[in-house]
Amino acid sequence: MLTVTCPYCGINADESELSPGGEAHLKRFGPGSTDADFEQYLFGRQNPRGVHFERWRHAYGCGKWFHAARCTVTLEVFGTYAAQTYEPPQDIKDAITAKRPDWVWEALS
Amino acid sequence: MKRYSAFAIAKQAMSHHLGWERAWRSPEPKKKYDVVIVGAGGHGLATAYYLGKNFGIKNVAIIEKGWLGGGNTGRNTTIIRSNYLQDPSAAIYEKARSLYETLSQDLNYNIMFSPRGVIMLAQTQAEIRGYQRTAHANALQGVPTEWIGPRRVKELCPIMNIDGPRYPVLGGLWQARGGTARHDAVAWGYARACSDMGMDIIQQCEVKGVRSEGGTVRAVETTKGVIECDKLGIVVAGHSSVLADMAGFKLPIESVALQALVSEPIKPAMDVVVMANTVHGYLSQSDKGEMVIGGGTDGYNNYTQRGSFHHVEETVRALVETFPMLSRLKMLRQWGGIVDMTGDRSAIISKTPLGNCFVNCGWGTGGFKAIPGSGWAMAELVAKGEPGPLAEAFTMDRFRRGQFIDESVAAGVAH
Repeated sequence: MLTVTCPYCGINADESELSPGGEAHLKRFGPGSTDADFEQYLFGRQNPRGVHFERWRHAYGCGKWFHAARCTVTLEVFGTYAAQTYEPPQDIKDAITAKRPDWVWEALS
Repeated sequence: MKRYSAFAIAKQAMSHHLGWERAWRSPEPKKKYDVVIVGAGGHGLATAYYLGKNFGIKNVAIIEKGWLGGGNTGRNTTIIRSNYLQDPSAAIYEKARSLYETLSQDLNYNIMFSPRGVIMLAQTQAEIRGYQRTAHANALQGVPTEWIGPRRVKELCPIMNIDGPRYPVLGGLWQARGGTARHDAVAWGYARACSDMGMDIIQQCEVKGVRSEGGTVRAVETTKGVIECDKLGIVVAGHSSVLADMAGFKLPIESVALQALVSEPIKPAMDVVVMANTVHGYLSQSDKGEMVIGGGTDGYNNYTQRGSFHHVEETVRALVETFPMLSRLKMLRQWGGIVDMTGDRSAIISKTPLGNCFVNCGWGTGGFKAIPGSGWAMAELVAKGEPGPLAEAFTMDRFRRGQFIDESVAAGVAH
């Protein structure tokens, strides 16, 4: 079973204790945006085979939303961090680079 | 190709069955093909087959990373039905179901199609209204289905407990012409027929890149060298986003794991397929006697072809209420497959930003039942460059136009 550490309460939670919330760091577009931007915001997803940034909610714990960096191939979790950010903090990026040297953040955005 | 028949079996019996030829060739790739199809699962092989059969395009290669039929084609729960709410879905799934009826004769390969009937259980008031609506829609679409009450459900499937404490059975949507087929045989039958037409099925050959110039695909780079092509079809289910990334466009797809499990084999206990969408479980009995149980999907992106145990527990716990005899069964195997989910849970059969590249994906949790229809529609798209009547609603730009084919209301997660 996938286990993810909640950055707020520090509990190493089983996936059955959490609710997955989809891709993180989406750029939000609303009224006034182009159809293409709105489509990408609603439906366009990176869906990478490898490093993925995603939202989780500690639903059966503290209830907080947070972000996790995870590998979709090995299910390895590189780290978790607070959701109030536009891009992952440096220590998360370093942790990913240490294990996936080819990975670059810019390629995602 | 030597045809399979009763006479062939008798003849081979004389020579100790040593004279059977291989069902398909395993050639090295040529330098160039008219059409390259990436993905030798059911959908890819069916696309190639109907390209040859309906359009006479036979200089075709089907490239497969692993072994043919080793992905979702060999991992699904083999259910075939076409009782969908929306017209485009009903049309393509009904086309597929009707092709399945004669596929064994068409391919000269026994796919063991068994039209044993499918019940979709209504266990909430919302499902009663939803399925009655679907039954009316199906009547207009020309798909024979019927709303049946709980007593009839019990008659069709006596092992069911219709008075469960949490989710009693309130009725069901019955499609008598639905059923199951041997999923491996569908892939093998198409592969044999494609090979017989002179098409090359190249297994153990992973696509590493797509070469294009000025919006036109020229070749694919593979682990067995560069293969040039006039047209490219991408039919790779769970890995569609990866291939689209190589080709330089994005798909509205997320890959998640869907899992299933089978019990130990038992004597015949049920002769219909039962789907229970409220509790996310579906059940049928295979010809070997195993109870085949389909579960739910993980909620997070996943490329590992394995499931997670808490989903097994959830699925079995829910099914045991409706099928109490399951509680005495040992579970034999459990596995997962990577399904490609779109925003509206309907498939994509579409042109792409690259003029001669076409994509067939997004079948999500319901791809097996669609294989012949999907191949039929995709072959027309690849051959003509424009979608035919079956495929035209399934374009990938429907998400921009807001013209969804919203089936998740009707089908829930078990699909």
